[in-house]
Amino acid sequence: MANDKFPITRLSAIVGTASANSEERTRAFEALVSAYWMPVYKYIRLKWNKQSEDARDLTQAFFAEAIEKNFFSRYDASKAKFRTYLRTCLDGFIANENKSAARIKRGGAATIYSLDFDDAEEQLKVSAPPSQSSIEDYFEKEWARSVFALALDAFRASMSDTGRGVHLKLFERYVIDVEDDKPKTSYKALASEFDISTTDVTNYLSVARREFRRIVLTKLRELTVTEEEFRREARALLGVDVR
Amino acid sequence: MRWLTDTAVDRLRDQADLPDLSDLKYQVIEKLGSGGMGTVYLADDLKLGRRVAIKVMNIADSSGALASRMVREAHIVALLEHPSIVPIHDVGTLDDGRVFYAMKLVQGKRLDEAVASMTSLPDTLRIFQKVCEAMAFAHVQGVVHRDLKPENIMVGPFGEVLVMDWGVAKVLSPEVPPADAATSTSRTRLPEEQDLLATLPLDGSSVNTSSGTIIGTPAYMSPEQSQGRTDQIDNRSDVYALGAILYFLTTGRPPREATEHGDQRGDFESSPRRPRQLNPKLPRAVEAICLKAMSDRREDRYGGADEVGADVLRFLDGNPVNAYPENLFEKTGRWIGKNRFLVMLIIAYLMMRLVVFFFVGR
Repeated sequence: MANDKFPITRLSAIVGTASANSEERTRAFEALVSAYWMPVYKYIRLKWNKQSEDARDLTQAFFAEAIEKNFFSRYDASKAKFRTYLRTCLDGFIANENKSAARIKRGGAATIYSLDFDDAEEQLKVSAPPSQSSIEDYFEKEWARSVFALALDAFRASMSDTGRGVHLKLFERYVIDVEDDKPKTSYKALASEFDISTTDVTNYLSVARREFRRIVLTKLRELTVTEEEFRREARALLGVDVR
Repeated sequence: MRWLTDTAVDRLRDQADLPDLSDLKYQVIEKLGSGGMGTVYLADDLKLGRRVAIKVMNIADSSGALASRMVREAHIVALLEHPSIVPIHDVGTLDDGRVFYAMKLVQGKRLDEAVASMTSLPDTLRIFQKVCEAMAFAHVQGVVHRDLKPENIMVGPFGEVLVMDWGVAKVLSPEVPPADAATSTSRTRLPEEQDLLATLPLDGSSVNTSSGTIIGTPAYMSPEQSQGRTDQIDNRSDVYALGAILYFLTTGRPPREATEHGDQRGDFESSPRRPRQLNPKLPRAVEAICLKAMSDRREDRYGGADEVGADVLRFLDGNPVNAYPENLFEKTGRWIGKNRFLVMLIIAYLMMRLVVFFFVGR
């Protein structure tokens, strides 16, 4: 699913799901699905012990029903986090599917979105499965991972579009392309590697970091409804309050 | 969408969390550490071309109280120009509403961490004596720290000492400028007003500390502080904390630790054990200094940090300390210890005379 369909300057996608404009509604759902499909799929696999094929169908069916019944627009930010609301809806949906005589036949769900379930399966294989008691924390963690991954995609697009390829490469080299047990590369080493001065490394990274932060916060605004919820989520995700 | 490992997510979170100081003269390099109140970053001061440490509060300051308190802290520290007091260069508010201040980059370890590498009592006491010197200077300037503890003291690689975190300091002297000095009129402030400004609590709320509000860290807090008697806080409250720090340095634990069930409620042991019960090798004179500084009654403590430091120095120089009346036996022992070379000479002389008396004089 193309992430750039939803402009990063846009405000709440949750609010957008109730829009009278069908195009706007579609884009709002796309933004929400892109942030939540991976946590939802993994949650179905691990919490509900579904096989991969069933989980794929259920994920598609869940979002199809969300669009059809438009239950995201009924979310009340004063009562709970959107994630909690979504997970409650998901649990209800799966429970109903389990009870229903007319369950979705394997491979029978309509494909609403093109989602890379194979990639999700690979991720499940390489990560340690959570215990059933910590499955909610797992969902939260996967949501954060999803937000950062989306923000990183948007960041890459933004830096490339604005001709700041060196900034992007430096940022990736310094932050992403580091082995887990290795220390971060020094600014001096980066300067030598990119054949620029250490001051340039400092400046470029500062610009990149600022842009990345802006995009993460914009993404969060997209995924929240009220200012209070936005601030709460920013604190949960980044550990700081923002005004 | 690319798969991100847990470590990559943490690194991205750190990057996004770095404060944006682009409109100011600082450029953040990396995070140095974080605590409950704020996070400290290494940064470049672009105008002056020097490295500084920038502390950014974790919460946005919607009321302006926190900014006011930090400006006040900067004013207080500006008043305390001393090699052992970390200078604050700048205070401001970021676009995201968080307050920050830039201060001298301090290299070293916190005292509670550095204590492990202090191998001898004299080394430890020399470090402690430097803390007393810094506090004596602050007291002369009319400033009471009120939150002295090992975590607020840094020890540099050459044994230099830096007292930090003057955020809850109380100003006794009327000369200190108000937090809003740039905009306020120059009218004289009442002592009560000064205290309100000087004691804004760390969470940035606007609750004042006129009476009954507890400021400080319980394990190192004087009785008048722990009981919220803010009107009774003066230099001797810091003297108590100095005694508690000496207690920690010589026994390895703070004088009062949280009770088994009380850590959540702030319940602490009512009275500390004597230091020599925990460290029997500790000289009685040092124990006495510690206990005198930590007397429950302010009147029984040292009058100021200078007196504590002077007593410690007396001990290091082998002189009697004010806190401990020696008996004749102890006096003799200390005199012998101090004049070991002279005593050896006398003994050698006497032995020589004995030899002469028995073998030559006969």
